Amino acid sequence: MNFPILSSLILLPTVGALFLFFTKDKEGNNSTAKYVALFTTIVNFLISIYLWISFDQSTSNFQFVEDRTWIEGFINYKVGVDGISILFIILTTFITPLCILSVNNSVKNRLRDFLIAILIMESFMIGVFCALDLVVFYLFFEAGLIPMFLIIGIWGGPKRVYSAFKFFLYTLLGSVLMLVAIISIYWIAGTTDVIQLYELGIDAKYQNLLWLAFFSSFAVKTPMWPVHTWLPDAHVEAPTAGSVLLAAILLKMAGYGFIRFSLGLFPVASEVFTPLIYTLSVIAIIFTSFIALMQEDMKKLIAYSSVAHMGFVTLGIFTLQQQGIEGSIIQMISHGLVSAALFLCVGVVYDRMHSRMINSYGGIVTIIPKYSILFMLFTLAALGLPGTSGFIGEFLILMGAFKDNFLVAVIASLGVILGAAYMLWLYKRVVFGKLVNEDLKKMFDLNRSEYLILSCLAVPTLFFGFYPDPLINTIEVSVTDLINMHNTNIASK
Amino acid sequence: MENLNLVLPEIFISLSIMFLLVLGVFKKNSSKITFNLSLFAILITAIITINETFSVSRETLFNESVVIDSMSSLMKIITLIGGFLVLVISSSYLKTFKIYNIEYPVLILSSILGMMVMISSNDLIVFYMGLELQSLALYVLATYNRDQLKSSEAGLKYFVLSALSSGLLLYGCSLVYGFSGSTNFDIISNQLNSNEYVLTFGIVFILVGLAFKISAVPFHMWAPDVYEGSPTTVTLFFTMVPKVAALTVFIRFLYVPFLNLIDQWQMIIVFLSIASMVFGAVAAIGQTNIKRLIAYSSIGHIGYTLAGLATASNEGIQSSIIYISIYVVMNLALFSCLLMLRRKDQYYEDIEDLSGLSKNHPLLSLCLLVILFSLAGIPPLAGFFAKFYVFKAVLEQSMFFLAIVGLLSTVVAAFYYLRIIKIIYFDKEKDKYDTDHSLWLKFSLTVSTILILLYFIFPSQLIEVVSRINII
Repeated sequence: MNFPILSSLILLPTVGALFLFFTKDKEGNNSTAKYVALFTTIVNFLISIYLWISFDQSTSNFQFVEDRTWIEGFINYKVGVDGISILFIILTTFITPLCILSVNNSVKNRLRDFLIAILIMESFMIGVFCALDLVVFYLFFEAGLIPMFLIIGIWGGPKRVYSAFKFFLYTLLGSVLMLVAIISIYWIAGTTDVIQLYELGIDAKYQNLLWLAFFSSFAVKTPMWPVHTWLPDAHVEAPTAGSVLLAAILLKMAGYGFIRFSLGLFPVASEVFTPLIYTLSVIAIIFTSFIALMQEDMKKLIAYSSVAHMGFVTLGIFTLQQQGIEGSIIQMISHGLVSAALFLCVGVVYDRMHSRMINSYGGIVTIIPKYSILFMLFTLAALGLPGTSGFIGEFLILMGAFKDNFLVAVIASLGVILGAAYMLWLYKRVVFGKLVNEDLKKMFDLNRSEYLILSCLAVPTLFFGFYPDPLINTIEVSVTDLINMHNTNIASK
Repeated sequence: MENLNLVLPEIFISLSIMFLLVLGVFKKNSSKITFNLSLFAILITAIITINETFSVSRETLFNESVVIDSMSSLMKIITLIGGFLVLVISSSYLKTFKIYNIEYPVLILSSILGMMVMISSNDLIVFYMGLELQSLALYVLATYNRDQLKSSEAGLKYFVLSALSSGLLLYGCSLVYGFSGSTNFDIISNQLNSNEYVLTFGIVFILVGLAFKISAVPFHMWAPDVYEGSPTTVTLFFTMVPKVAALTVFIRFLYVPFLNLIDQWQMIIVFLSIASMVFGAVAAIGQTNIKRLIAYSSIGHIGYTLAGLATASNEGIQSSIIYISIYVVMNLALFSCLLMLRRKDQYYEDIEDLSGLSKNHPLLSLCLLVILFSLAGIPPLAGFFAKFYVFKAVLEQSMFFLAIVGLLSTVVAAFYYLRIIKIIYFDKEKDKYDTDHSLWLKFSLTVSTILILLYFIFPSQLIEVVSRINII
């Protein structure tokens, strides 16, 4: 047995949080707490990079597997990664230190507690992407609600209580049905071990109901239309770092869940319900794009754009084509980087002006040029300009969709245009135009840490836009195998 | 000659009660010494129980009217531990109200004795005797703060309604006796068959009486009033210990004498379970008093334990026992927090009094956070595992409706737990509370919170203990 690298990835942030618990912070000076948190998360990031380097890309088997008895004769604590999950782990460990860097201005009181919540959240998020047992997955998936509820509720905006409750109850309601399904799977197949379940397969007559139960959870978390309404509220009220975690990682749990569990465990049902997913995805893409066009609040606009982007992701996953699924994964990674960056961009101007309304800005390009350039880059990445990572994802998804269903692909392509419309219009109204609001002149450009954070996000966005091979190579074999497994399952039924 | 060692715990505790009474009467100002001696007595009883009975798989005594098996010894130990902790954290509360008297430990001991008799009863008469012994002690305990109107009201209400339910129970017992010709559980089990319709009445009467004792909907009316009115430490006792005993008797009745009549009672239990889960979740939303809220939440939790019982399987029974054990720990933790809300000799019981607690008392709030999320059943806390085992057993029997209703009501219940968390963490702070709590109170809060928080690391141990219980 080698060094349990995945468990240490999961545990390290919690250990850091424990350390933080015992640090003493004086009034107004929280630098110790922040350095501890930053150090922990950066170490975690380095470990995950090491994980990626030593990851064998030529096989779709799960690697770094740890298997321990947890509840005698029932559940094993089993974690492992394949090409799909490793990218999400790296995304998580990459985004979290940036979140911690960004809390300088946005979180005024109880910074230490905030950092503890973020670190514990990171543990749970990594756990979700590693878990190879349904119960372990559920545990991490649900446990994440607690820190996020507190992050929104304690450090959020004026309507934070409502948003925190909505977020918590929506997600919980979706998830309890998944719990029923997980326990049922245990009684049907005799195990909750994902690898064994892949081999055994689940009886086709149960698949539809089980699929729907998992769907109820993932649809809320994705979020898909019409259960997306918690997301804009949660985003608007959450502090910047909370929004970033929510958009960049929490939403990806559901997309990951669709690939790992819905496709992998219920191939027959996935075929049956593809039209449902297509319909909801297309509605999400078109409908929420229109809603995004009408938003006055920058954070809300980006929140709705997230719903639209996740619509692309679900569409791509259920094309069941190599390109579609690969596109979805890359789209999720890219959206993780870009939406995080956009929320941080909003956070930057919000910290200075304390307004998220689009109409209170305008013409800031001459005042804060550095900011405007980076904001421009991320806007373009969000609308999928070639040369940014957003393009690769959307392009592959649409390619997969065209192979599978022409009509859906055409409608979804319209969404790309709408996406360009609302993003560019947002950018135009905020950055260009006449400088009407005199207060804006007092704004100062990006400080060092903001500059660092946004550049850190800009580099991979551009790099993977031009050279997506590292991503594609990592996921390729796993996705191919997933599709092969799916096809053989369908053929044998 | 019977092996009297098996009932040594009961014998010892009865002797201690008599001794303490005599001591209390003849020695002046003996409150403190009675308290300490009774704690000591409970401790010794627990040790005797573990030594003498824990390894016994099943033995009967006194013409098979008393049974000692793994369930009875486990439940007795839970009862004793619960009683010990209640007694140990009561003192400062009782001193505040100037009711720190010798009667309190003696009453608690007698009710524990009654429960221990109930738990190992294998005979209708023995069972009823134990039940009445514990009930009579509990009536007095409910009115223990007799200068307060609410406490007297609680005691009276509890007495009247409980007497009614005991009457129903006794009537049911007489019907069952009439059909089977014996008061012994094992004989009844062999004699009864489901063809006799009047017998169903007997079963229903007994179940109604028992449902009253564990406050399952629709026989829960007394619980909120009694819980609110009684002294807080007595309420803690009510929510923990008698429930454990009554649940054991419930299991015993369903799976020994009525085992062959599953078709008759399964629907009743499912109904009680669903009604309790849903009602407990919905009715708690509007409450403003913490003790009332706990009353409703305990009704909900009883619903989940009943869900385990309704499965008619060993896994179900085991899951119920796991549930009630974890519930006892959570309740202890919650009440320890409640007992810490003291400012200048006054205790606070409204949810609003928790407002902004996290600013002045970060550690206490953190404990409450853990406890409340655990009660709501959010992983990875102990409360989640309790529900998880129950629903695992329920789904094994393909009772999907029960499972889905139960899980949906956890979402509703989550709302009111979240509301308390919101008040603690998101609202404006109030004045500080006193922090000079007794060591035992701090101890019980710390230990129970750590158990809840870290249960997920060692989940197998509890299952191992409980898995020895095979009733069917």
